[in-house]
Amino acid sequence: MMKGLKKWRLFSLLAVMTVFLAACGEEQLSTLKPAGAVGKEQLDLLLLTTSIMTVVVIVVSVIYLLAFVKFRRSRVGENVIPKQVEGSHTLEVIWTVIPIILLIIISVPVLTATYKFADVAAMEEVDENGEKTALTVNVTAKLYWWEFEYPNQGIITAQELVVPTGEKVYFNLKAADVKHSFWIPAVGGKMDTNVDNLNKFYLEFDKTSKDLKDGVFYGKCAELCGPSHALMDFKVKALDRPEFDAWVASMKATEGKTASAESTDLGEATFANSCLGCHAVSGVGVAGSYGPNLAAFGDRNRVAGFLDHTVEDTAAWINDPEYYKPGNLMTGKYNVTPEEAQAIAEYLMTLSVEK
Amino acid sequence: MSSVAQKKGFGAQVWDYLTTVDHKKIAIMYLAAGTLFFAIAGLEALFMRFQLMFPESTFVSAGTFNQLLTMHGTTMLFLAATPLLFAFMNAIVPLQIGARDVAFPFLNSLGFWLFFLGAVFLHLSFFMGGAPDAGWTSYASLSLYSPGHGIDFYVLGLQISGAGTLISGINFIVTIITMRAPGMTFMRMPLFTWTSLVSSTLILFAFPPLTVGLFLMLVDRMFGANFFDHTMGGNTIIWEHLFWIFGHPEVYILVLPAFGLFSEIIPVFARKRLFGYSSMVFATILIGFLGFMVWAHHMFTTGLGATANAIFAVATMTIAVPTGMKVFNWILTIWGGSIKVTVPMLYALGFIPSFVAGGVTGVMQAAAPLDYQLHDSYFIVAHFHYVIVGGIVTALFGAAHFYWPIMFNRALNEKLGVLTFWIFFIGFHLTFFLQHFLGLMGMPRRVFTYMGDQGWDLFNLISTIGAAMMGVGVILLVLNVLISIKSEPLNRRDYWGDGRSLEWALETPLPFYNFKQTPLVRGYDPYWIEKQEGNKEGMVYAEPVGDIHMPNNSILPLIMSIGTFIAAFGALYSPWGDQAIAGTADSVSPGLSVGLIVLGLGITVGAMIARSLKDDLGYHVHVAEIEAIEKDLAQYRATGKKGGNK
Repeated sequence: MMKGLKKWRLFSLLAVMTVFLAACGEEQLSTLKPAGAVGKEQLDLLLLTTSIMTVVVIVVSVIYLLAFVKFRRSRVGENVIPKQVEGSHTLEVIWTVIPIILLIIISVPVLTATYKFADVAAMEEVDENGEKTALTVNVTAKLYWWEFEYPNQGIITAQELVVPTGEKVYFNLKAADVKHSFWIPAVGGKMDTNVDNLNKFYLEFDKTSKDLKDGVFYGKCAELCGPSHALMDFKVKALDRPEFDAWVASMKATEGKTASAESTDLGEATFANSCLGCHAVSGVGVAGSYGPNLAAFGDRNRVAGFLDHTVEDTAAWINDPEYYKPGNLMTGKYNVTPEEAQAIAEYLMTLSVEK
Repeated sequence: MSSVAQKKGFGAQVWDYLTTVDHKKIAIMYLAAGTLFFAIAGLEALFMRFQLMFPESTFVSAGTFNQLLTMHGTTMLFLAATPLLFAFMNAIVPLQIGARDVAFPFLNSLGFWLFFLGAVFLHLSFFMGGAPDAGWTSYASLSLYSPGHGIDFYVLGLQISGAGTLISGINFIVTIITMRAPGMTFMRMPLFTWTSLVSSTLILFAFPPLTVGLFLMLVDRMFGANFFDHTMGGNTIIWEHLFWIFGHPEVYILVLPAFGLFSEIIPVFARKRLFGYSSMVFATILIGFLGFMVWAHHMFTTGLGATANAIFAVATMTIAVPTGMKVFNWILTIWGGSIKVTVPMLYALGFIPSFVAGGVTGVMQAAAPLDYQLHDSYFIVAHFHYVIVGGIVTALFGAAHFYWPIMFNRALNEKLGVLTFWIFFIGFHLTFFLQHFLGLMGMPRRVFTYMGDQGWDLFNLISTIGAAMMGVGVILLVLNVLISIKSEPLNRRDYWGDGRSLEWALETPLPFYNFKQTPLVRGYDPYWIEKQEGNKEGMVYAEPVGDIHMPNNSILPLIMSIGTFIAAFGALYSPWGDQAIAGTADSVSPGLSVGLIVLGLGITVGAMIARSLKDDLGYHVHVAEIEAIEKDLAQYRATGKKGGNK
């Protein structure tokens, strides 16, 4: 029974490996289907280490199974006293040296990539006009949402990161309250947002996100940050450079936009009275607001990072955020009736820079 | 005083256990307490798995889930695995080195009670406003932010039980260095004793950083200090360092004794000397040493910089070398042997491939740039459960079957044991194998729920089914233990027939002084040597029968521990903490808070003073008594009846 099971395990391991590494996970969030140079290099490392390690597992298992099959007491004889071997220097040397060689093979690309991924010198490069040549995004993680500031463009958005494809995008990462971690699995490995210091790294987006299932890559918070850690998702829209520039321009065009308390639209008026203190509707500004910037709310893929992007869900969220995202900091900061919430939701859907 | 369980009143029995300093009884208490907390933490795991069985499940709430995940991790590592290993270390190490007890029996008892009361204190949090919810790592920014007293229970409970662990570690170091029988040189010590020594040394160096970290957290949380509050000039990364300087060696503290247990089990059932003994010892020491050099691989994504990450990546990979040596030595022990597949051996055989699988994913994570993808995803969850369940829990289960005859003079049922093994083992792989892929497919760890349609639904469902099977396995094991109580006593030595080290030379039930005469050890695997030479007594003696010096029982360890328990409540309800001031945690008046602290520590210090002023020199068991006890035991073994005298 034992023998059969062990063999079965070995084969299934191999089969599972091949199937899963070839095609598994969703394109918008699987590290196995990378859509950027960083993620691709990490996948290469994964494949390299996995193949070496699979060989190790197979070699160990084969010797082990062979030993087990050959030296069962039922085969050896009940009263046989085996030779009491002390050890073997030759074998010890062999199984010390071989792993060392394997580790050296692994550590070369590992060390190269470690330094490569940490190289953010280009963030400071400027062209002849003194303008930064690389795109930098300041990411601030907050309970439980993400703020994305584009310091060189003077614009700001939240929950949905918009990036150009085909170039290195640099990130300054920071947390405003407790530690979080910024992760876009399908594009590249994560980095923590600490409360103490700024972390810097870069990612590259090779293809636009519009052909993906929801038209976006999925981003996750990867560090336990409280009850709603699991819901602290964000989305990433990767655009061609011209489209990205157009997006930046239309964001800039929202400068000075605000909601009016005198508006005839109930939604806008209520928003102006109850929400505007924390949520800006102009995409021009700097980081540090209490609530997510809503200038591009109508273009988003989700409400609150994970709810469906519909008026109903938006209204439900406004009515009782605590129910959807326990521990969030919006609960109890305002007082609106269900009708007003509905109106606000409808108003928010009109806030768009893309349509 | 007879060692054969005399009919005592229930109260007297309880009193006996409350005051005992006998390493065998303390082992049983560790085993019972460890099993209790293992069951609690296992149940917490099941709750979590049921919550994650389907997307958007509402079985437990987000806040409760965070409490469950925190308590599961904390309990399993500090309050289940550690005491269960201590149970075997206490029960077996003195026997393996030919000692009558540990070096500091009083401290042994103190270590247990501190651990136990610290653990009880931590678990009271469930009934007193909520358990800790910042993960077992309790990263500073989140743990300072966490409202209520959960984190305070964590800090104080671990501080107390950590002191107990540290005390026990010191005790084992001294015991193994000073209490070895004549002829038991270092290079003749059984591997379990060796790994216990190295593991205890790791405790000695690893727990102080934790103690410091917890103390800083304690004054931050309860007395308004700002060590980790970055808005006041503190730094949260310091906590990460302090925690992992402890936390990584902690893994080796647990896994090394597990290696030791397998190094005992495998030679017995392969009927062959452990292959490459000296390289096994060397590998153990090397793993212990390297274990302190690699903590920052838990912090690759913290942003320490490329050079730090590169150094720690390479350092981490090097651990694979001594670990690989061990694995090959185990396999070569089997090679050319005569393998009998008993339940302990089944666990050992299951351990090898499972642990190798856990080890190789460790090397993958050591590759820092790759770890940026793997870190804090379900891949990590899969990895460390392969190491901890595949390495440590299988060792504990195997060792329970293996050493039950020595500890309880009863055997666990083999058939039920085999069934338990397969259910648990298959359940284990079912639970954790697919979690590697969940991580690679982008699922972060420590999430209380997930949205459907992210490609994770099926694997999570399968994982939960596996977890349920593991639960069934554990229930069967407990059932096996209960059945064994009613089974026939064994009254024999060398239950498995191929015992090699000294503990198998002893006839069960053991007298409380273990060895009537101190044995003389003539080589590695002393019992095997004596058996091969036809020595019916199983050992030769280093001394004639003489008076035996034994320690007195004492209630003081329990009283000292109760003192710290009381003081902990005083600190917990301190009115000076940030949460208390903000009104997000209950507090008591300053007088009461300080009063409780003074009272509690006063009790502890008072007991220490009493212990110091009143010399306790122990007592002697005289030759006549020894002969009487031995006669009693012989009669009991022959007839099943207890002796009449005394």
